[in-house]
Amino acid sequence: MKILTNIAVSESGYLFNPTNGDSFSSNLVATDIITLMKQNKTSDEIKKALQAKYDVEKSTIERDYDEFIQELGDNYLLSTDGK
Amino acid sequence: MGSKKKITVAVTGLNAVDSPGPGVAVARGVRELEGYDVRIIGLSYEALEPGIYMEGIADKTYQIPYPSAGSESLMMRLEYINEQEKIDVLIPNFDAELYNFIKLSPKLKEMGINTYMPTTEQFEARDKVNLYAFCQKHGFYVPRDKTIYNVSELPAVAAHFNYPMVVKGKYYEAVVCQTLDQAQKAFHKLEAKWGLPIIVQEYISGTEINVAALGDGHGETVSAVPMRKLFITDKGKAWAGVTLEDSRLVKLAKDFIKATNWRGGFELELMVTTDGRPYFMEINPRFPAWIYLTVGAGQNQPAALVKLAMGEKVKPYETYEVGKTFIRYSWDMIIDIEQFQHFSAFGEN
Repeated sequence: MKILTNIAVSESGYLFNPTNGDSFSSNLVATDIITLMKQNKTSDEIKKALQAKYDVEKSTIERDYDEFIQELGDNYLLSTDGK
Repeated sequence: MGSKKKITVAVTGLNAVDSPGPGVAVARGVRELEGYDVRIIGLSYEALEPGIYMEGIADKTYQIPYPSAGSESLMMRLEYINEQEKIDVLIPNFDAELYNFIKLSPKLKEMGINTYMPTTEQFEARDKVNLYAFCQKHGFYVPRDKTIYNVSELPAVAAHFNYPMVVKGKYYEAVVCQTLDQAQKAFHKLEAKWGLPIIVQEYISGTEINVAALGDGHGETVSAVPMRKLFITDKGKAWAGVTLEDSRLVKLAKDFIKATNWRGGFELELMVTTDGRPYFMEINPRFPAWIYLTVGAGQNQPAALVKLAMGEKVKPYETYEVGKTFIRYSWDMIIDIEQFQHFSAFGEN
């Protein structure tokens, strides 16, 4: 899954979708995920990076990651054609 | 500074209130016209329009008769104002006054006053009562609608569209109605305020997007900037908004201009459904009140219109800044009562 390339993300975790004007505030973990997605990291690479940074179970990372990806999709922030 | 050409531009719509006219924003844009020393003449209907008294907006303001007084009395007043001010360009900013100004435009031209307005045909084609047929003809998505003259027609229309449906005034205002009772109340309220007919429209769910644009009268687009409202007042007006990056919306404005050879500024009010279909809700035949956002985003539409009106070539804008945001605010100005009294008594300040 890739995040839309034109999504703007600030250091503070503020997301702006320039296509429809939607904006979101994200927490630290979500900001990390988005930053890594924008660096074209795979889901496995992202999960590993999160596990290395945060002291939590692998299953928790898996669940949180999947939920967050679902949320990005629900808000039209994911690319459906790989762009 | 000395090489700047002097230009006098008259604007209406100085009512920068909770349901604002575009005049103040248009004047701000025109003031930034490069290469000109701009003098702004305000044309107001009421003595309490804030733009009359705001610093840096109008250099002088004159009261003009309401559109209901007809084009003749408007012409008489404009002749007087022009004797004092030698107006180069006049920009009307209200739907309700446009018909009179379009009608007078040849006479205004003779007086040396340039305008850049749609033709009567263009103006009428996009009118609320003709919107459905217009969009069907040109292949634009549009909600079904029905123009009615009597409240007794509502039940049959409701049976056709189902609830919710939108009851709209001839010129302004729209009410989303969930029941027949609400629709009847809306009918009477809008009839009392704006007269007949009333337009009943199918309800379309989606994101409200607006596009401010400028056509050169020959099918070419000089500028088009899409905006999403971030904060909407109880009157449905944008109190904050952000420019969007969506080439489909810009193309839509271009398609509209090509289809109509639109001359002047206009605003597309669109409802974009979750599957991405842009429905035309309204086409306003003048700049919107948020037009200064186009200036902030790098496309000064009011200034470009003045140049077109003066017969200058204007290179179409190609880019604008995405994510530029406007936030409107209210501000208590303090003026002396004499200023208000003077304007009320003499019709000019």
